[in-house]
Amino acid sequence: MAVPDVTAVTVTAGTPLSSRRRKVVKRILRNPLAIAGLVVLLIAVVVAVFAPWLAPHEPTDTHLNEAFGPPGTPGYLLGTDDLGRDVLARIMFGLRASLHVGLLAVATSLVVGVPLGLMAGYFRAVDALISRFTDLVLAFPFLILAVGLAAIRGASLGNAAIAIGIAQIPGVIRIVRSETLRLKSLDFVAAAIVEGAGDLWVLGRHILPNAASVVIVQATVAIPAAILGEAVLSFLGLGIQPPAPSLGTMLSDAQQFATRAPWAAVMPGLAIMLLVLAFNIVGDSLRDALDPKASRR
Amino acid sequence: MRRYLLGRLWQSAVTLLLATIVVFLGVRALPGDPALALAGEDRDPESLRAIREQYGLDDSLLVQFWQFVSHAVRGDLGTSIRTGESVTGMLRGALPVTLELSMLAIAVAGLVGVGAGVIAAVYRGRPAEWAANALALLGLSVPNFWLGLMAILYLSVAMGLFPASGFVPFFEDPIANLHHLVLPALILGTGLAAVIMRQTRSSMLDALSADYIRTAEAKGLPSSAVIGRHALRNSLIVVVTIVGLQLGALISGAVVTERIFALPGFGKLTVDAVFQRDYPVIQAVVLVTATAYIVINLLVDLLYSVIDPRIRVRGEA
Repeated sequence: MAVPDVTAVTVTAGTPLSSRRRKVVKRILRNPLAIAGLVVLLIAVVVAVFAPWLAPHEPTDTHLNEAFGPPGTPGYLLGTDDLGRDVLARIMFGLRASLHVGLLAVATSLVVGVPLGLMAGYFRAVDALISRFTDLVLAFPFLILAVGLAAIRGASLGNAAIAIGIAQIPGVIRIVRSETLRLKSLDFVAAAIVEGAGDLWVLGRHILPNAASVVIVQATVAIPAAILGEAVLSFLGLGIQPPAPSLGTMLSDAQQFATRAPWAAVMPGLAIMLLVLAFNIVGDSLRDALDPKASRR
Repeated sequence: MRRYLLGRLWQSAVTLLLATIVVFLGVRALPGDPALALAGEDRDPESLRAIREQYGLDDSLLVQFWQFVSHAVRGDLGTSIRTGESVTGMLRGALPVTLELSMLAIAVAGLVGVGAGVIAAVYRGRPAEWAANALALLGLSVPNFWLGLMAILYLSVAMGLFPASGFVPFFEDPIANLHHLVLPALILGTGLAAVIMRQTRSSMLDALSADYIRTAEAKGLPSSAVIGRHALRNSLIVVVTIVGLQLGALISGAVVTERIFALPGFGKLTVDAVFQRDYPVIQAVVLVTATAYIVINLLVDLLYSVIDPRIRVRGEA
């Protein structure tokens, strides 16, 4: 079998790490489904970043005499909503909000979770303390946590992202902690410690780079979860505030007039699904590529 | 086993205490005077003083915390500042709706997820596996509130198969009750079914390649018997584990599903309370959810250790 055992490679560290990454990239590029997912993500990112220039209308402009226009109405490719706002423009700006929250939430969870996970796995003394903290955060289901935070700090896109990020911290801590425990027991880390390397050096130079792949996989799972979370919060009115568009608020608005203009409800939902599906496919194939043994099962 | 039990119990108790402190401090961390927040629109000095008196807001934090806990333990979670009803009473009305919805969703997800997972594992590499995998991926990616909206739009409004919203208590009319809850339960169960399917598939694949299965097949047992017995045993562990892991998602999903189908459950209570800034209700809802969550997780862990003895051994080691 040409595929090297992942653990065997990590033990030697250094250059094999980068050649391992090249193999992972190659494996992903051989998977047509993964490429399709990557293309969808790329399009979504381009649309989100350049939305102000790409959108045919302002997302908040109302055209009351063109309300409830079906898809294909001249000038409105995906139709209009009850206020005559362009569904396509709102989806483009909604994608922006989705990706914004997805990335901000996951960044929050990584910035807090990775150091805590490293510490919990490396220093026995703080392990119990950090585990109690994870238990505590886990005691609040994500939506209840977000609801509580919205009650305290007010509903906004930023608060929604923070709430989602906090809810995702325990997952990051657990994964980084167990990976740290595993790496710590390997020979090359023990060798570094024997050579007199400091804790920070060992963590930053040996453990973190080797734990990076599990962190990346975790992030590819967490981003779509955060995007769905934002949609849910905005749908409930706890996320972005009107008239700014989010895919979630578009759906909750459309609920009122769904029988009259079903496209206003169908399109944003399809956009969320496509985006999340693309993330999930890329995440799945990344995990398979990093751990070929698991995918063969 | 006993040591594991006690350790797990102790851990849950600590978490519960910490969660209570967080909820308690959370309401006190509200910007501005809590008496003002609790008073809502009614802000004359007389009623503010009454509220301070009633909630003991002039006492020290420690005394307030003790009051809060001792009342909560006795089932007194305060009164809603919007409706004047006791919060406990409101919860008692809302909880059965959510419990029934969640149970139905778990049942649906278990049946569909285990079924599809077994099919995917048995028909490895054939179109059936491909279809099951694709469905699971879709199930994980589709926002369930959108699916709910679509179901209402096409199955309820256009085709008239199910009621679009509302609720009938089970003991009033069991048939109408189920008729109202089928669609919400299906929607809520979708994501759960997808996770269960994936887990069932991979644990079945593991099991099917295990030596004792090969032995069973070699000695001539029909493969349906092998799969049947094995699937049944394993899928129980899978479903229990997944339900434990996905409990938070299930509670969150229930909130949204109730909102779409206008079910008078826990979720509706929660969302309404946040919009009306009904702090006693928010406080109670968060506390009750956290307690339920911790207790159910504890039960799942214990159940798990009963089903799978290896966990017990590891816990004792």
